[in-house]
Amino acid sequence: MDVLAIEGLTVDFKTAEGRVRAVDNVSFSVPQKKTVALVGESGSGKTVISQTIMGLLPPNAEISSGGVILSDPGGTEPQVDIATLDRKGTRMRHLRGNRVAIIFQEPMTSLSPLHTIGDQIGEAALLHRNVSSAEARELTKEMLRLVQFPDPEGAISAYPFELSGGLRQRAMIAMAMICRPALLIADEPTTALDVTIQAEILKLIKDVQSELEMSVLMITHDFGVVANMADDVVVIYHGEIMEKGSSQQLFSAPQHPYLKALLKAVPGFHMDKNERLQPIRPIVLPSEALQTSRVDCKVAPGEPLVQVKNIRKEFFSRKGGLFSGQSKSLLALDDINLTIRRGECLGLVGESGSGKTTVARAILRALPLDRGEILYNRGEGLQNIHEFTNKQLMEYRQRVQLIFQDPFSSLNPRMTVNDILTEPLQIHKVGTAETQAERVRTLMALVGLDPRYLRRYPHSFSGGQRQRIGIARALALDPEFLLCDEPTSALDVSVQAQILNLLQDLKRDLNLTYLFVSHNLAVVDYIADRVAVMCRGRVVEIGKTQEVVANPIHPYTKALLSAVPEPDLNAPLDFDALNKTRASDPTAWPAPFRLEDGTPPILVEMEPEHFVCAPALVETSRQGTAA
Amino acid sequence: MLDYILRRIITMVPTLLVISFLIFLIIELPAGDYISNQIAALRSSGEASAVAKLEFLRAEFALDRPFLERYLIWVGLWSGPHGFDGLLQGNWGWSFEFNKPVEEVIGPTLPMTIILNFTTILFVYIVSFPIGIYSATRQYSWGDYGFTFLGYIGLATPNFLLGLILLYLFNRWFGLSIGGLMASEYIDQPWSMGKALSVLAHLVVPTIVIGTAGTAAMIRRLRANLLDELHRQYVTTGRAKGLKERKLLVKYPLRMALNPFISDIGNLIPSLVSGSVIVSVVLNLPTVGPVLLSALQSQDQFLAGFVLLFVAGLTLVGMLVSDLLLAVLDPRIRLGGRAAS
Repeated sequence: MDVLAIEGLTVDFKTAEGRVRAVDNVSFSVPQKKTVALVGESGSGKTVISQTIMGLLPPNAEISSGGVILSDPGGTEPQVDIATLDRKGTRMRHLRGNRVAIIFQEPMTSLSPLHTIGDQIGEAALLHRNVSSAEARELTKEMLRLVQFPDPEGAISAYPFELSGGLRQRAMIAMAMICRPALLIADEPTTALDVTIQAEILKLIKDVQSELEMSVLMITHDFGVVANMADDVVVIYHGEIMEKGSSQQLFSAPQHPYLKALLKAVPGFHMDKNERLQPIRPIVLPSEALQTSRVDCKVAPGEPLVQVKNIRKEFFSRKGGLFSGQSKSLLALDDINLTIRRGECLGLVGESGSGKTTVARAILRALPLDRGEILYNRGEGLQNIHEFTNKQLMEYRQRVQLIFQDPFSSLNPRMTVNDILTEPLQIHKVGTAETQAERVRTLMALVGLDPRYLRRYPHSFSGGQRQRIGIARALALDPEFLLCDEPTSALDVSVQAQILNLLQDLKRDLNLTYLFVSHNLAVVDYIADRVAVMCRGRVVEIGKTQEVVANPIHPYTKALLSAVPEPDLNAPLDFDALNKTRASDPTAWPAPFRLEDGTPPILVEMEPEHFVCAPALVETSRQGTAA
Repeated sequence: MLDYILRRIITMVPTLLVISFLIFLIIELPAGDYISNQIAALRSSGEASAVAKLEFLRAEFALDRPFLERYLIWVGLWSGPHGFDGLLQGNWGWSFEFNKPVEEVIGPTLPMTIILNFTTILFVYIVSFPIGIYSATRQYSWGDYGFTFLGYIGLATPNFLLGLILLYLFNRWFGLSIGGLMASEYIDQPWSMGKALSVLAHLVVPTIVIGTAGTAAMIRRLRANLLDELHRQYVTTGRAKGLKERKLLVKYPLRMALNPFISDIGNLIPSLVSGSVIVSVVLNLPTVGPVLLSALQSQDQFLAGFVLLFVAGLTLVGMLVSDLLLAVLDPRIRLGGRAAS
């Protein structure tokens, strides 16, 4: 039996420019107790479909035709066509949160910061289940236990900002589950979370689903999540269904060219070193622009360009809120040692809060250090960047540039692309007005954008195009070293492939060196020559990428790798192994990797060119040599 | 909590000292003082005996001492002609213009000022709240445009003009006497029912006049704040739970939009005192405003200095109150440091 059947659904938006069709004649169904994945890029209309089911469409949207039929398997509710209901009416409100529930992408903003989570979870029960507030409290506790909150009693009176992202998403799930809905819509439920947390949340959704016998409509753009969760898959593009079927069918024999292209754009672990991703819209770079922009770097390939030596950084924050004065400290970087060789791409991987962005900022000299030094080779041997004079620092800033994570907030909306790209040249007083104009046109060609776009403002570009503008800005001063801080994490897979290929081409043709910061191991595996894994401010493993991915030694790296969902039905996540180890807690790592507070994280070369943080081994070997 | 309040009060002391110094400095910036101006005026008309008396007063109030000494004597940290006798000792100074102690000059105006400010703040909040909420939830409706238009008129009309028009209309329609905060027969009379009612009736016009601009600004801000909050994800979450629109609005976005209002309490107090000076003069209100204005004009320095210091003190207390209220209302401020990293 189908819990939800969508038949010929068409949704239009009334805008100033006329009617825009967001969803066009879409039909699919969600069977009882099954999971259906709705896959598509941003702007494909998948969120509009979820809003239609929830009756949450904005006022300017209109269901032009089609039906959304909800049949409750519990039999308590009559079959109803949601498309015909008044969105603000009593009947829709009765279904919302009761028979259909939703969890959103951003656990940080989906909960009200001013109300306890107990209050917010229990609210739906009070509305729909006809219970007293004491009973609602009991139900809330029960739900928090179901979503495996560590301390359900205490969590009831906790505020969202006191919880981590993973726990907030658990609270969201508890909130959606409290009325035992027939259908759960999960709108990109794990996109904003770290991989290990993502795996936990996916497992939780599966567990809760079988416990409550409910159906799930999973909206996602991540084929790894699809392969691990979905029974059926619906692929949508520009509001139209491209292909639908069981996930077995779609992964083994995709039919539609769009789906085939999408699958080829996803980086996976089993790719050859020379294999390239195939973006749906590849960028072709003009060779003359590449030749004129080729950077002349005096350091020989393979020589150390940047050396990070024993840097340490502690942040202090107020503890206990407004009414007490003590401060607590957070060790962001603990004895970090890294060497970036000329011409390579070093990947820096870790979960949020592991300190990877702090390392990038330290290299930019945007952060005072507590201890340690950062050396840079400007062709005159390694020099400490903190001893640079102002003039040397200006020159250093030309050599080292940064590409930001968020292409939306990193471009000034009030500057044209031309202004954005000329600004670095003006700051460093490079060339005359004519040569600057010429340079800006070359930069646009370098990232595959039409120079005619120069007079436009950032808002008229898509996310991928904006990121290319960001890359062009970073290239403006002919740098030799680029710091890429999660440059693709805000982008769709097909655009991600495009940007990754662009970065690879530029590195090869312009003679660049990269530090590539990312939380996505598959992306790092695709682009990086060597990879350093960070956890809680320490580098725990560093080595050649293939080596580390194929043969991880450190328990944290292993946990990280096993938590990445692969877009491959034959390599499912091992959900049972996940919850047993708290992989990101250094005191819980097995010997010889265990780190107590204050233990210096010393790297040991366990295999050639493959270092692992294992302080215990150093001591035993020292004792060995002493004896 | 207690610890925090205590720390805040202790930090207020140096702040007040700095403010008092700045006030004194600014008041003394124009050349001369009240008495030397008088002396100059009398010399030109040749009255020698009066000049001698004024010279005596100059010494009496230590106006012949150097600047820093004068300041310290005023505060009460330096021994003056009468020993330590300044603000700290409870001596608010002498008003030359009124020839009375400052205490007696502004004493009667203080309760009236507080009553007027209180009713004005109440008026601003009571009027702006429902209108702001209405405008935000029905953005770009006729009602929204209408209130926006009225608000701009309120912001753009000079207060005293509005005051005069309203006074005329109230006089024509209700026979209310023009000016003042009570009918003339109650002035200097003990409080009675009739006097209280008269004060209430006379409060209407000044409250509306002083409050209009504040109300208009407040409506715009509440509307903008609430519009920001209405599009937040947590509002959609609440709606997805099946909450009724009205309940949803009050429980989530309105609660969030309140913060700027509370933090505004501290700012409102000085602006209502200083902002209403002209209106008080025009409407002939017995409040601190007109006193301050005339004191500044005639360089009646101790009077002006005390009024300014009083307003500064009120502001600091207002800030403390709004900080404490914010902490009570917003758990993020109260418990911020407990947050998981």
